[in-house]
Amino acid sequence: MTTRGGATTFGIGALAFMCSCVAKVDYGPYRAHMPRSILVLPPLNESTAVDAPYTYLSTVSRPLAECGYYVFPVAVIDAFMKDNGLPTPDEMQNVPLTKIKEVIGADAVLYVTIEDWGQKYQVISSTTIVKARARLVDVATGATLWTGTEQLAQGSGGNDIISMLVAALITQIVTSMTDPTHQVSRQAATNMVFNQNNGLLFGPRSPQYESDPRGR
Amino acid sequence: MRGVQVSLLVAAFCALSACASKSIYYWGHYEDLLYDMHAKPGTADPGTQVAALTEDIDKAHAQGKPVPPGVHAHLGYVYYQQGNLGSAEQEFQTEKQLFPESTAFIDGLLKRMKRQ
Repeated sequence: MTTRGGATTFGIGALAFMCSCVAKVDYGPYRAHMPRSILVLPPLNESTAVDAPYTYLSTVSRPLAECGYYVFPVAVIDAFMKDNGLPTPDEMQNVPLTKIKEVIGADAVLYVTIEDWGQKYQVISSTTIVKARARLVDVATGATLWTGTEQLAQGSGGNDIISMLVAALITQIVTSMTDPTHQVSRQAATNMVFNQNNGLLFGPRSPQYESDPRGR
Repeated sequence: MRGVQVSLLVAAFCALSACASKSIYYWGHYEDLLYDMHAKPGTADPGTQVAALTEDIDKAHAQGKPVPPGVHAHLGYVYYQQGNLGSAEQEFQTEKQLFPESTAFIDGLLKRMKRQ
């Protein structure tokens, strides 16, 4: 009898442990400091692809705005900072929050770091990888409101040799005209922002702002 | 027959997902221009950008959809680069009017522009 009770307790304990592993995000601080505007600074780059930061930067305004936030014009901000003696993303990301509040008036800053980027070639197929992490910081308090990572790998190829060859050929043709990382970056940024479990909360300009239950 | 069923299913799915992902803003060329400015130097000169963005703004108005955050400010900055300060100021003011969240930044830009 006691053994059985013990086993049940253990079972519940294990279940609770497993549930907590699915990482329930604490949206409390985020909800308490809900930003109306987000400043996205040019990303830091841990990959070897020099184009990665500005390609990624060109794909984040849309998901953030559609999620309900005012997004500062990324290219104007970049030019403005360069004009003011901050030529690199590294220097831009080191600007103190007090200065950001004073000059730009943003409620929150999104700091992005590119971790991996580009095309990895196999024998007859290739995979395009975009991996980034991001941190949303409250300008008034310096508190981290949200962190996220997104890895997206999009491959060419198929199940059998013919479709793999055809796909590889098509990819090659398409790749010679367009940059596949651009499209994958767009998808990665969208996935990260709109993830139901650990994405951003809907902001004040979204029709879903009032009905978003997270962090309430 | 089977093909018809499949295409009906696809059509239904598209209709559903279009409902779910209805966008707030009319996006047009803005993000592609941001990409081109860095990835394809020379393809997004100020003239090209002004043409593309003013066309987008007209289309947004025609469709009754709002212009996204940043577009008027970006256009204002391109006008500024061209030396067209009158149009620059007008676009900056429009950004501020549509998005009061931008007030501190836009006021700073206007002040700097007038000092020059």
